Order: sequence, then structure tokens, then C-alpha cells
Amino acid sequence: MSQSFATLVEVRNAIASKQISAVELTRQVLQRIESLDPVLHCYNEVWADRALQVAKEVDQGQRQGELAGVPIALKDNLCTRYGRTTCSSRMLANFKAPYDATVVRKLESAGAVIVGKTNLDEFAMGSSTENSAFGPTRNPWDTDRVPGGSSGGSAAALAASFCYGSIGSDTGGSIRQPASLCGLVGLKPTYGRISRYGLVAFASSLDQIGPFAWTVSDAALLLKVMSGHDPKDSTSAPMDVPDYVSSVDRPVEGLRIGIVKEYQSLPGLDPQVRSAIEQAIRTYEKLGARIVEVSLPNSAYGIAAYYVIAPCEASSNLARYDGVHYGHRTKEPVNDIVELFSKSRAEGFGDEVKRRIMIGTYALSSGYYDAYYVRAQKVRALIKRDFDHAFGFCDVILTPTSPMPAFRIGEKSSDPLSMYLCDIFTVTCNIAALPGISLPCGFTQDAKPLPIGMQLLAPAFGESTLLRVARMFEQATDFHTRRPVLG
Amino acid sequence: MAEQILNLEQVRHVAKLSRLAIPDDQLPRFTQQLESILEYVEQIKQADVQGVEPMAHAVRLTNVFRDDTPQPALSTQEVLSNAPETDGPFFKVPKVIGEDDSAG
Repeated sequence: MSQSFATLVEVRNAIASKQISAVELTRQVLQRIESLDPVLHCYNEVWADRALQVAKEVDQGQRQGELAGVPIALKDNLCTRYGRTTCSSRMLANFKAPYDATVVRKLESAGAVIVGKTNLDEFAMGSSTENSAFGPTRNPWDTDRVPGGSSGGSAAALAASFCYGSIGSDTGGSIRQPASLCGLVGLKPTYGRISRYGLVAFASSLDQIGPFAWTVSDAALLLKVMSGHDPKDSTSAPMDVPDYVSSVDRPVEGLRIGIVKEYQSLPGLDPQVRSAIEQAIRTYEKLGARIVEVSLPNSAYGIAAYYVIAPCEASSNLARYDGVHYGHRTKEPVNDIVELFSKSRAEGFGDEVKRRIMIGTYALSSGYYDAYYVRAQKVRALIKRDFDHAFGFCDVILTPTSPMPAFRIGEKSSDPLSMYLCDIFTVTCNIAALPGISLPCGFTQDAKPLPIGMQLLAPAFGESTLLRVARMFEQATDFHTRRPVLG
Repeated sequence: MAEQILNLEQVRHVAKLSRLAIPDDQLPRFTQQLESILEYVEQIKQADVQGVEPMAHAVRLTNVFRDDTPQPALSTQEVLSNAPETDGPFFKVPKVIGEDDSAG
């Protein structure tokens, strides 16, 4: 019996009750990848031998846990001792991390079978996975379209049933937006909820790891496994982890949902997305929720502040790639070490990474620092203040995740700014360090229907509420049961 | 048309500060792209930030201390395993100091 497109909890239970062996399930997944991934290009590297070995250990009872035998995919910016960690960059094409990221250790301790490393926009910079040095990933719902990004490989791998849960990172929407474009649940936890140790740094004040799943319960389980304080990440929160799984089915009594006044008349919002969101609001009303209008006046500056803060942090974080300690080194003759740095970096980085390093370097340079960096940090304070005020009137805020469904490959790649505007609803969540979730709330009328996602935002460390509110919608609708038709 | 924020010479300078060897024929394209991004980013100048303190992070973070006790660390071999060029226990780089600078 094929388990394709089953949920994580379904396959986990099927293994636990010996309906299927972990080895058989892993074999099915590997066969699917072998036949379909040459078109989709979700994976940078597939760990076939190792996955089968781990699955065998599960079947023999040597590995146990809440994810025992479940095939999981990792975004290729999470360090793993096994295989390579490339960040989809020529710079790290042959990089082998000397240690495992904390989340990798936690997933494996829970019995997960890691299937491989997935494609991303180089160093997680992008919203389409077209910025990968190894070629774009295609959307399983329509292979002419992008899966979103930057965690597009992890999203597409799950949507194609090349795994039963996958892990991404979200700096400005890089989990939620691809989840939306691929018809999945995608969760960006509160900053500090999950250890970032072993996540290759892009923008350290914004980066956070999180899961992709078919259902809210699957996402709750992955969150539970990955969360918790880690002495190796001093920004991880020294707080207990609630049992997200056992609470998820409990509806929120007297739920108040905030809708954002400033988003009501936003130009550039696809009409089909708008109508799916309106329908979702009506669904919540029928469930007894009260809809409250809230104001986030400074969210208008969200993208602008983000595209100062993130590049500034990136220009500093990516200074470590010098062609000396690890990573690409130029083969050209050089006269001195500065030339070695400059040529190695120019050859190793793609154009989007270069643009962001230069924007960040410019914004941090003498004479411009106050006008850009300091001012963006003040806007951050204003955005945070707006959210604090709004959450006085509601439990969660509901918005679209992406202003448009999946766009065509190549459609936005020549205009960096138009790509940045994809993040309009997602960046403020990272700026204010809040948790956010995207879940399917509709499909377009296209010949190949494309998923539409909605985003829910909650106050810091409000993941339990967020998951419960998302689950209420899921129980009342069937969008999460649709699956793409593939070759 | 808005005033130009960035000219080609500035981009050349920023590329140098960024340690990116951008060839001359790519400078016009990068200048135009960076200009359009900065033009958009200029919007933050319209935000009313009167009396607002800059916020480096939305989560209240404080210094985290631990006891200064030795922990297991990576071996020299592991640390060097990804280096493009090594010499014994060292990372190897081209000459850093010019002939004239050598101590005499």
C-alpha cells in the first residue's frame, strides 16, 4: 500500500502499529524522489543509504521516539555532520559541517529518518528559490511556477510527498510564504523558541527555524520536538515548552480575531487571494469568533525597514566567507590577501547575495549609518509598539500570507524589488519577533488550481493559541486535504 | 525624478569595502538595481520616529554568562578539514606583508 501524501501523524502511527515498516516507507519515499525529483529539484542531496540504515534501526527497536521512522527533509542551511551543507551557494558547494545543528540532533533523537538536504535561495535570500546556485525548484502544483522561498525545496519536497514533514528557516517569510504557495502549514515560531545553533546565519536578529506540515497537528508535533532552551544558543529562550500537541484540538473560547485596517485597501493584492481571505474571516465568524479591526500604521514601513536591517546583518554575517578558513577559494592568481578575499567572494556568491552585502555595507558605512540602520531600528520599535497595542484587542491577527499565489519561474527574477514586495505581510512578524503560521485557505480558479494561504500572528510565545486557532479553521474546512497531481 | 542616491563610483567603493571583485562591465547593472532598492528603502525617512529609541531586538535579551570551564572542542584536524589550503596545523594564505615591509 502506498503511503504517498499521508500526514506525518498517520505514517508515524502506521509504523508504530507495524502496518508498515520504516524501511518500506523510506524505500517508497526514495523511489518517489528518484522518479520525480529530476523535474522538481527539491533536494540538493539525498541521503538514501543513511536513511535506510536509520529506518532499519527504527524497525529493530534501536531508535524510538515521537517521530520514529518518519522521513523528514532539512533545508540545506542546517549544519549536518553527514553530507554537505551548501546553502545552495557555490561558496559552500563542498562544505562539510563539523557538527550537527541542535534541531537535527533533536529530530534524530526523536527517531526521525533524515532523507536529505533541500534547495533554497542562496543563503536564504529570496522568495522563489530561483536564487539557488544549483537551479530553481519547481512547484508541485504547477511545475511552471515557483514554490516560493527561500525554503522552497523543503516546501516542495513535502508537497510532492518526498517526506512527511520538513524543516525550513524564516527570516522575513521564508517558511510561511512557500507554505502558502505549496498548500501547506508553515510555522515560524517566536524568536528564541527553537535553538539556532547550527543554522547558517543570515540575519541573526530575525532568523528562526520552523516546520512545514500537511496539518496543524503535524506542525505542533514538529514544534514540540524542536523547541527548547539550548546553552549553545544564548538567544534561545530559557522557558519550558508547552505540550503543543495535546492542546491543539481545544478551540479558543471567546476568540477575537484582528484584521488589519491598513491592509484592507492595499494595491497589488490578488483578487482571488482577497476573496479567499474574506471567506476565511466568515468561516471564523461562523465558528463564533468576534472580528475586530486593528491598526498597524507603521507596517507600511515594514519592507523598507526589513531591507535595511536584514542586509546590514547579512553583510556582517557573510564577512566570514573569505576563501581561507572554509568555502570557495579563487584559482586566479592574486597579489595579496585582499585580492584573494575579493575574487573568492565574487566567484562564490550569486548576484542577490552580492546586492544584499553591498546594501548592508553601504547602510552601515560612515555617514549613512544613522539615516539607514539607526532609523530602521527605530521603525522596528514602532512596529513592535503597534503589535503590542493591537494585541490588547485581539488574540490573533489574520492576514494573507502572500499577496499573490505561486508566480511563474522567471516572472520576477529580473527585478529584485518586485521580489522583495512578496514579503509585505510576513516581514513585520520577524521584525517584532512574533510567532506566525500560514495555512491553506483556498485555491485559485486556474486550470491547475494554485493554493492560497492565510497568515495568523500571535503575541510572543503564543504558539499554543496560534496552533489552536489554526486547528479550528482546519476542522471546519477541507483545503488541507487537497494534494497536487504529479507525473 | 528623484535625486540619484548612488552613483557608479560609490558602488565601486562599496564593492571594495564589501571585498567583492565586481568587474567594471557589471557595475552599471548593480548601480541601477541598488539605486532602485535604496529608493524604496528611503520610505523609512517618512516614519515619525520623534523620541523613539532604536530597538536592536524585539525580545529583551541580556548577556548570558556561564562558568568558565573547559569543554570538548573540535580537533585541529576537524577545524582544518574544510580549508582550501593548509600547511601543518595552519591555514595557508598568500603573502600578507609586502617585501618592503619585512622587518629589518
